[in-house]
Amino acid sequence: MDSRRRAPVIGPKVRQVGFVTPNADSPGEGVMEKEAGNLTTNSPTPVTIAPTRPVIEIPHSLKADPVAVPSPSHRRGNEVDIPSAPTASYNPNDSVLDGSSLPSSKGGSTINDVYGSLVSESVAESSPLGRPTGSTVGAFAERVKQKTSDSAIGSAVIDGGVASGKPGKGSKANNRGIPALSSSDAKSSEAPADGSKPLKERTSKAERRAKQEADRAAKLAGKGTGGGAGGDPNAQTKNSKGKKDNAPEKKSVQAPEKKGSDKSSENQKKKEVPAPRLQFDDKERVAKSKRRSLVEQTETKNRVELFRHLPQFVYGTQLPSLEAKFFQDDAMHPHPAVYQVGLQYLTGDIVGGNARCVAMLMALRSMIIDYETPPEKTLVRDLVTRTNNHVNFLITCRPLSISMGNAIRLLKAKIAKLDPSLPEAEAKASLIADIDTFMLEKIVFADKEIVKHAVTKIRDGDVVLTHGYSSVVEMILVRAKEMGKKFRVVVIDSRPKLEGRRLLRSLLSKDIHCTYTHTNAVPYIMQEVTRVFLGAASVLANGTVYARVGTACVAMVAHSCGVPVMICCETYKFHERVQLDSITSNELGDPDALVKVAGRKESALEGWADNEHLQLLNLTYDATPADYVSMIITELGMVPPTSVPVILREYRKEPAV
Amino acid sequence: MKADKAVEDVGESAKVAGGVTFEWLRQAEDASLLTTPARPTATDHGDSSFSVIEEFNYWRMQPDLAEAVAAIKALTAVIRRSQASTMMGLEIELKNASEALKAWDETSIPLSAGCDLFLRYVTRTTALEYEDIRAGKARLIERGERFGEISQKARRTIAMLGQDFILNGSTILTHGFSRVVLNLLKLAASNGKHFNVICTEGRPDNTGAKVAIELLAAGIPVTLILDSGVGYMMEKVDMLLVGAEGVVESGGIINYIGTFQSALVARSMNKPVYVAAESYKFARLYPLEQRDLGPSPCHVEFVEPVPEDAKVENTARDYTPPNYLTLLFTDLGVLTPSAVSDELIQLYL
Repeated sequence: MDSRRRAPVIGPKVRQVGFVTPNADSPGEGVMEKEAGNLTTNSPTPVTIAPTRPVIEIPHSLKADPVAVPSPSHRRGNEVDIPSAPTASYNPNDSVLDGSSLPSSKGGSTINDVYGSLVSESVAESSPLGRPTGSTVGAFAERVKQKTSDSAIGSAVIDGGVASGKPGKGSKANNRGIPALSSSDAKSSEAPADGSKPLKERTSKAERRAKQEADRAAKLAGKGTGGGAGGDPNAQTKNSKGKKDNAPEKKSVQAPEKKGSDKSSENQKKKEVPAPRLQFDDKERVAKSKRRSLVEQTETKNRVELFRHLPQFVYGTQLPSLEAKFFQDDAMHPHPAVYQVGLQYLTGDIVGGNARCVAMLMALRSMIIDYETPPEKTLVRDLVTRTNNHVNFLITCRPLSISMGNAIRLLKAKIAKLDPSLPEAEAKASLIADIDTFMLEKIVFADKEIVKHAVTKIRDGDVVLTHGYSSVVEMILVRAKEMGKKFRVVVIDSRPKLEGRRLLRSLLSKDIHCTYTHTNAVPYIMQEVTRVFLGAASVLANGTVYARVGTACVAMVAHSCGVPVMICCETYKFHERVQLDSITSNELGDPDALVKVAGRKESALEGWADNEHLQLLNLTYDATPADYVSMIITELGMVPPTSVPVILREYRKEPAV
Repeated sequence: MKADKAVEDVGESAKVAGGVTFEWLRQAEDASLLTTPARPTATDHGDSSFSVIEEFNYWRMQPDLAEAVAAIKALTAVIRRSQASTMMGLEIELKNASEALKAWDETSIPLSAGCDLFLRYVTRTTALEYEDIRAGKARLIERGERFGEISQKARRTIAMLGQDFILNGSTILTHGFSRVVLNLLKLAASNGKHFNVICTEGRPDNTGAKVAIELLAAGIPVTLILDSGVGYMMEKVDMLLVGAEGVVESGGIINYIGTFQSALVARSMNKPVYVAAESYKFARLYPLEQRDLGPSPCHVEFVEPVPEDAKVENTARDYTPPNYLTLLFTDLGVLTPSAVSDELIQLYL
């Protein structure tokens, strides 16, 4: 525990507005730099003031405290353009992330407020402080110490502040430099426990931590880093512009969170296993992640208990807020290409593992092309931070698919391995080449290989069954037809997405004889079927196939009828985790989509949300056990499902090397 | 036993080396080099494809040599006679020779498995080989010649591993004629185990009689039954032990016709099914159904004359899916069917 605490402490993240204006990327940088003990990069790394939590009222005087505040000039030039929401006007209680109320009630202005405050430019500008100097920091540290001794509350605040220091970084989603949501959250998983501790205990921890911080601050005073930060909790709380400080909950979670992110960069090499996902039934973390997010989201009502650990937000509310921000181009907003892709995910224009992954990689590629290293930052760290931000944004639009997750891990690993002495243009060119190679090898060529292997399994006279829409299966069937094989296809479709129609249209245009039906007819039609080809979102380490909901039913019926089931999946989608059921990890779709039935004006389920006894569940994926799968066709050949760990072992060594 | 230890050592070194080692080749290195009769190479190498087949046939006739090994020896001869000036050129010649061999007997799985294996090994070696062509060739020839040992050594290893599974007083059912299985049974008997063997008649090749002769010579009591008597006898049997012509990627086996049926009966009556196969029989095939195997007709003689209009289905082999198999005894160790794919991936990818 202690070691964890120590790591993040070094650089309290500048969260809020308060005074510090962290350099746009400094928070993230700050954290990482601190780990490395390199505290000189951004001079102002300031006193990260962990915004969260502290509920305590801070004497107004503190607000004006000349605590180290990084001069806004270090941030991007456009900081000044940000609509300055006067500090005073922001009311933390109005935080958009107050889950229960609809964002719309707050109106767009809140968002602006939030962002404006987040940027803390306004505050920074108004702050008399320029660069934080060592002395300032030291002075601050002193003050913090005093505060600590003064009152329990103060110390509690400090604790909150200190703790939040780390997370402060996180909360600054706007301020960028936020580590990837899920991974850091995962790491900070230990934290949550703290939140529930009684005040007393926290005080003691806070005291210790404050002391630590103060010591460090003093040590770092010379470097001008905001060691003492623990971020002035007081100041922070005050400046609850600090956004989303709706947290009456003390978030000691934040500290661990930051540690988590620190650790992640440190442990990148060790860590080939992705961190567990954010569990959404943990209120603290959800609130925390909300604070960080760029997009407002409200949770739906009437959630199914069994799936509480998965996020579910009201669809459609994100669009207006996203559109408003589209043209804001500054450090905290994603690159327009990424924005566009995010919107396309949101509206469902881009679906499918390969399509989403390619779209995301192309968008990140554009981002890298347009990227310029800000002064006094290293490309490697800044770019990783930037990428994390963008990925977080995409996650809020739609949770990542496994293919996207793997691609991002690879990309981050490549960025991390860049030679720091490489000039920017070369580094960017190398990254772009890597992305292109990845897409070409792992997706385009892999698909060609899969098609080559799979068509050998289609013989004349076969009746091939498939479910939903899979890009690879489409390619296989089209190729088999081109090769002159005589076969017919049965397309199984399922509500509400009805993706099978897309496949149907495409096959019919190639003159393939098709039969179309829905999942309820599968046992009936299976008697005529000789082969089943299915696509997958991923194949897990124990051979379980993670694919569109409905796949498991089809595979089970096929197995019981003795029909071989072939899963077609590229190896980049394989994942090391093991899943035994479809509940532990899944994606919840919009329940309202179940309400509408095509061809009917009125639905029997209208007004379902008002009925407290009725819950609608719209799952996106399901898990098919390995026993039902006859073979998995990958670009490496045809393998039994038990060989997935072998492939992971033999072929995923590369990134680590 | 020494052989066991050798096997373990090899296994360990294979693991240490990063999993790409060709384990059984290393075993061959330990084995003594058999003096093989020199094959007079009378031909101009321009005619290599033809001579490859001749070579192959020559080696096949050696009594103890498996088909796969014969193929490898033939390919080694190609290397010896090759006049290519680069490793790539050599590889291309070998590929052509291998294609010719495979085309000559399309139905033989061990043949194609052996060719693939050797070619794969060659590709691996040439990738690492930066020396001049002569050194590379010499090394390949040396390796190829050692393959002969592998046949013997592999069988010895398998016999050692497998005989532990034979308990005193047990009854073993066997089907088809496999030298590996015979070795195993003979070794067990010579180690003092008492057991008896039931073997099927094995129509149309009458394998049952051949097996019976060998086993009786080793002093093992044998009972011959009809092929259709497997279901009847299964309750008296403790295990089913068969060889394999090929082991496919899913872990299933391709063997003499009737194996699948016996395995089916054994499985349904909860009797273990063991397969004894050398690792060079692992092939990169993945059949889903019986139909997926290439045709391999054999000559069937019916006692009663067959009417003109009746059709005869005379396939000589069938495919047993992995879920009916319990364990495979190979020179790489005792494997479960799913481990076969593991080995294949390590070898081929």
